[in-house]
Amino acid sequence: MRLRTPILALLLLPAAHAAAPRGDAVEWTLNDVCPAGFALEDGGCRLRSLYRGLDSLQGAGVGGPQTGLPPLREGFSPQQIDLGRLLFFDPVLSVDGSLACASCHDPERGFADGLALSPGVNGLQTGRSTPSLWNVGFLKRLTCAGRAPTLEQPAQGPLFAANEMGNSPERLAESLNAIPAYRTLFRQVYGGDGTIRAEQVYAALAAFQSTLVSLNSRYDLYAAGFHEALNEREIEGMNVFRSFVARCAECHTPPLFTNQQIAVIGTPEPEGRAFDPGAQKIGGDASQRGGFKVPSLRNIARTAPYMHSGRFKTLREAVAFYNGGRGHAVPPGEKLSLHWHIWEPKLAEREIDRLVDFLQTLTDERYTPQIPARVPSGLAPGGGGLPQETTGGPAQGATAAAAYRTRIEEN
Amino acid sequence: MKAILRGLLPLLLVAVAAPLSAAEIAVKDGESIQAAVKRAKPGDVVLIHPGQYRESVYVDKDDITLRGVVVEGKWPTLDGEGKRNDAILYSGNGIVVEWLKIVRYKGNGIMGQAGNNFAIRYNVIDDAGVYGIFPQFGQNGVIEYNVLSRISDAAIYVGMCDHIDVRNNEVFGSVAGIEIENSRHNLVENNYAHDNTAGILAFITPGLPIKTAYDIVIRNNFIVNNNTPNFGAPGSIVSKLPVGIGVVVMAADDVVIEGNIVSGNNTAGVVVTDLSFITDIASDPESEPNPDRTKVLDNLMFDNGADPVAEVKAAMLSQFSKRGPDILAAPGSAQAPDKCIAGRDRYTTFGVKKWADCGAAGTANVRSHRLAEKVAPRTIANDEGRIEHLYKGICAGCHAYNMRMIGPPTIALQAQYEGNPQGIADYLANPMKKRVDFPPMPPQDHLSPEVRLKVAEYLLNKVKK
Repeated sequence: MRLRTPILALLLLPAAHAAAPRGDAVEWTLNDVCPAGFALEDGGCRLRSLYRGLDSLQGAGVGGPQTGLPPLREGFSPQQIDLGRLLFFDPVLSVDGSLACASCHDPERGFADGLALSPGVNGLQTGRSTPSLWNVGFLKRLTCAGRAPTLEQPAQGPLFAANEMGNSPERLAESLNAIPAYRTLFRQVYGGDGTIRAEQVYAALAAFQSTLVSLNSRYDLYAAGFHEALNEREIEGMNVFRSFVARCAECHTPPLFTNQQIAVIGTPEPEGRAFDPGAQKIGGDASQRGGFKVPSLRNIARTAPYMHSGRFKTLREAVAFYNGGRGHAVPPGEKLSLHWHIWEPKLAEREIDRLVDFLQTLTDERYTPQIPARVPSGLAPGGGGLPQETTGGPAQGATAAAAYRTRIEEN
Repeated sequence: MKAILRGLLPLLLVAVAAPLSAAEIAVKDGESIQAAVKRAKPGDVVLIHPGQYRESVYVDKDDITLRGVVVEGKWPTLDGEGKRNDAILYSGNGIVVEWLKIVRYKGNGIMGQAGNNFAIRYNVIDDAGVYGIFPQFGQNGVIEYNVLSRISDAAIYVGMCDHIDVRNNEVFGSVAGIEIENSRHNLVENNYAHDNTAGILAFITPGLPIKTAYDIVIRNNFIVNNNTPNFGAPGSIVSKLPVGIGVVVMAADDVVIEGNIVSGNNTAGVVVTDLSFITDIASDPESEPNPDRTKVLDNLMFDNGADPVAEVKAAMLSQFSKRGPDILAAPGSAQAPDKCIAGRDRYTTFGVKKWADCGAAGTANVRSHRLAEKVAPRTIANDEGRIEHLYKGICAGCHAYNMRMIGPPTIALQAQYEGNPQGIADYLANPMKKRVDFPPMPPQDHLSPEVRLKVAEYLLNKVKK
């Protein structure tokens, strides 16, 4: 240690982020360091990843194992990200204070909720399965049916949908402005007199969500040249995945395992549920009937059930769908322009098993953010179910996530 | 002494200048090509001797050559026996595949996934599934002197690639002979495309993540008798191709058709069309549907259109002909005057009245569409580079050299673990919370013990301000 010790001691002094839990007199300060995986550069938090420095054809962010990522929404300040984190877990964002973003986008469930369809406010139900938020900052097309071109907009969907969080922009701003702690925190991030505008809420939520990055899985190590990271069965599964028989990689293209296109694949709805027209509902184009955004497969093992309405309970069922033959589950009378890659691959049962093995190598939740011990509204973080006290600084990571339990269980 | 040194000097220079020695790894009948690929290092040549190889081979390394050894007509054959998926999958840069026979696969013969600077040549590929040779997301490659037959989609399919030359190949008995799709800067030259459903395609297909196709030269090819009934898989794009067409330009821009011999194609010699040509496919508002600035320069076309498909027959009846044309511009933007044609009176045509007359300029200046210099290597060149990459990609996401981030500064770790890299390596696998004011570190147990130790050594010895 020698002479360096005093310097080190200085470096290791705790930053001024810890909130002191003293009843109403909680003092709120935002984190001034970037979240895990991000380093401060040019005044904003920027991602460090194994894919940095790699390029991609036409900058499209699709290719093979060693292909660069699409552009990430990054460069947000640590404080804005941390404000977004508090908002994300704060049920004050819903009309009746019962649901936070994290109620459906639960960090412990791959930022989804483990349900086919999700409960909204007033006992209503969402129309589709909650999509995972992992790597959402890379996506140019959000929501199941491909609506919402920016990260700020989709937040407004759930916030204001009657069957989700049921709020309105005016009411949202009003309820936040009534909480002095939020006025202080918004002033720290946005300056001014601390009057909170709805747009600032969307921006902070976008900042936080853009840091939900999962790119350090065992697959990523293989892609970076550490071939020992995958075992023989997983490599076999990877080769089925990218083969032109299964064709998974044609739409679930590395490195994000989505090509970000709309695809009509004809998955079945749960028993008794009406057919979901998907992208047709947005553009009115009949050829896009039943089309949905190709989802990323990152952390897919953590986000059962699968497909837009959660029809398949397991990864194996979801994979086996593609082996069932072109259009085998399309309801009689429905005319769909099915994607050309939906065909009859005639995979062996063993190959389906290997695909499932490979998909599990895409799990990486190392950068799970910390669930706040308390949020400025004083409501239970995540809408309840959280332990009243958790200790430690920001970004407790998987440890905190493991402590997090939602009330809503399927069945 | 000096004289001796002077004598040695050139030798020393040679030794220093020589690249890492490339090894040849022989594979004999009964052995595994994949096992050889696993042993191979960048620069190595895997020599595959005559024999039957019943396997699928994948190459996720750079600069590997798979070279068949052909002895007195005896070839090495990769045989999928109708049950294996693909013969060869590669993702590395600088891959060469040559002198192989490939038969009876379900997926593709040779498929590239984002590999650049490739060469695929002197291969004989028959009944190898959906595509015979299919580089995807690649740049700067050549596909030459291959013979491909009985492929259920395109025998040679350049999909979402830039700067590829396809030349001197024979493609027949397939649904499409050569397809250039959503790709830019391609030269298709001196190929013999015969007895397919359609000979050569330059396409934009909607719904793909890279949306454009332009700067494609189709030159000096024999495109003959492409009248094989369509046997494409139901639902595939090419299954919708009308039989009997030499060349189709669909939505691709700046396509030049020059110096080809186009004959005996029973529907039409050349078809230029917008995206409406392919029906029953989900629309894609981001795909620009119109073929722009097509040029049909001097070509030899005769005896096309002897037995056109019904739609073309109906169109031609409006011109009092029962034969299909040499050149057909489909209704819509394909008939617009941004296109041009040279010597139009030589051909039978439909829909080209508004096309301009092409000037004298041909494509003689285009010798190749490959890049003058290779695409630069990726960042990971060797073992040391990989460790540095790993440190910068993962560790540096939480540890800066002398500044607090989410984790403590590296300088503090260097002090704490001085001379004890194993201590760090062990900690990485199972991190215990050590510092009150820092969050616990996520485990890095997905790294092998060897790699953890190397990263620890890198952290202790190499990371500096």
